Amino acid sequence: MWSFFHKLGSPPWLFRIAGSILRWLLPVTLVALAVGLVWGLLFTAPDFRQGNSYRIIYIHVPAAVVALAGYYVMAIAGAVSLIWKMKMADVAMKACAPIGAALTFIALVTGSIWGKPTWGTWWVWDARITSMLILLFLYLGVVALYEAYDNKEAAGKACAVLSLVGMVNIPIIYKSVDWWYSLHQPASIKFTGESTIDPSMLYPLLWMIVTFYALFTCCLLMNMRAELLEREARTNWVKKLAAENRA
Amino acid sequence: MHPVRKQRLYLVLFVVLFSSAAAGLVMYALRGNINLFFPPAEVAQGKAPVGQPIRVGGMVLDGSVQRSDESLAVAFTLTDYQANVPVVYEGILPDLFGEGQGAVASGVLDEQGVLRASEVLAKHDENYMPPEVAHALEQSGFDHKGNAK
Repeated sequence: MWSFFHKLGSPPWLFRIAGSILRWLLPVTLVALAVGLVWGLLFTAPDFRQGNSYRIIYIHVPAAVVALAGYYVMAIAGAVSLIWKMKMADVAMKACAPIGAALTFIALVTGSIWGKPTWGTWWVWDARITSMLILLFLYLGVVALYEAYDNKEAAGKACAVLSLVGMVNIPIIYKSVDWWYSLHQPASIKFTGESTIDPSMLYPLLWMIVTFYALFTCCLLMNMRAELLEREARTNWVKKLAAENRA
Repeated sequence: MHPVRKQRLYLVLFVVLFSSAAAGLVMYALRGNINLFFPPAEVAQGKAPVGQPIRVGGMVLDGSVQRSDESLAVAFTLTDYQANVPVVYEGILPDLFGEGQGAVASGVLDEQGVLRASEVLAKHDENYMPPEVAHALEQSGFDHKGNAK
């Protein structure tokens, strides 16, 4: 058990294990993504009121769900790096931020595209949409703050504190549609009680949510590998790896 | 746990709790202002300001939509089944606007309690189903929320 955690702190071990996970997870994810998109966008029935425009749900909802979950990953990695001074947690935190920002951006853009035909407007300052925009700024803030420091340790500390402070936004985003009157509708997938989305539409949606989690994991591992190589560029294991690849 | 790490753990917990408390206080101070719209019941109670731009949201009352023959003018009533707010509007309505559906109108409330809207948005609910399912529910005497008619 403890030896696993000690190995987790070793850059070459982490680099290698991330590579071997990616070797099967990445192709599986890409196939699942293609299957989910074809299923959701072509083979499910249109909605009784929105027609075909509702299909954007198969990108919008998974992106938004994983954008929120990814923030917890980033904040927890930040906390681990603050408390235990684990460099690999710092690498994970830094790797999360641009992925989370991209997912949040996708959720905002697809929501806007759906909002025009459904609500009649591209944008409205309601609680859900505004708090989601704040999430985008938090992610971008972490990216920018990290780059603002020359010293990696100071950068990691500052970013960890920023991610922890921003964590309060996640339950606010999640509950915003229940706490306040908003234009955005409440969740259709319910953990308690029956979901208000027909099962024939729900299954491809759940499929896409799981796929987006896998996609996030793939991007995270790839980002971490790149970051490890950059940080450890002068160490023997990276030099050896580079020499092997050249040969 | 090592005492230094324990101290840092407490620091992390403090940061999370402190920022949550700060956010909670801000939201408490802004509680009314975060709402996108007033429900008709609050307008009836006089909570919505007259003569200032506001939004009112609710269901479009069945049978209340009256369209003009000559122009884009339309009049309808928003309800939350406790109170009604009459709305007049001139412009293009979103596709999903309809009787018995949610809508949010932004405009100015006049002295007679009529909302002179400059924008009307359709509010979509959380129900998603194929047309056949909606039709089957209709046939069996339930509405799309599963309530008996």
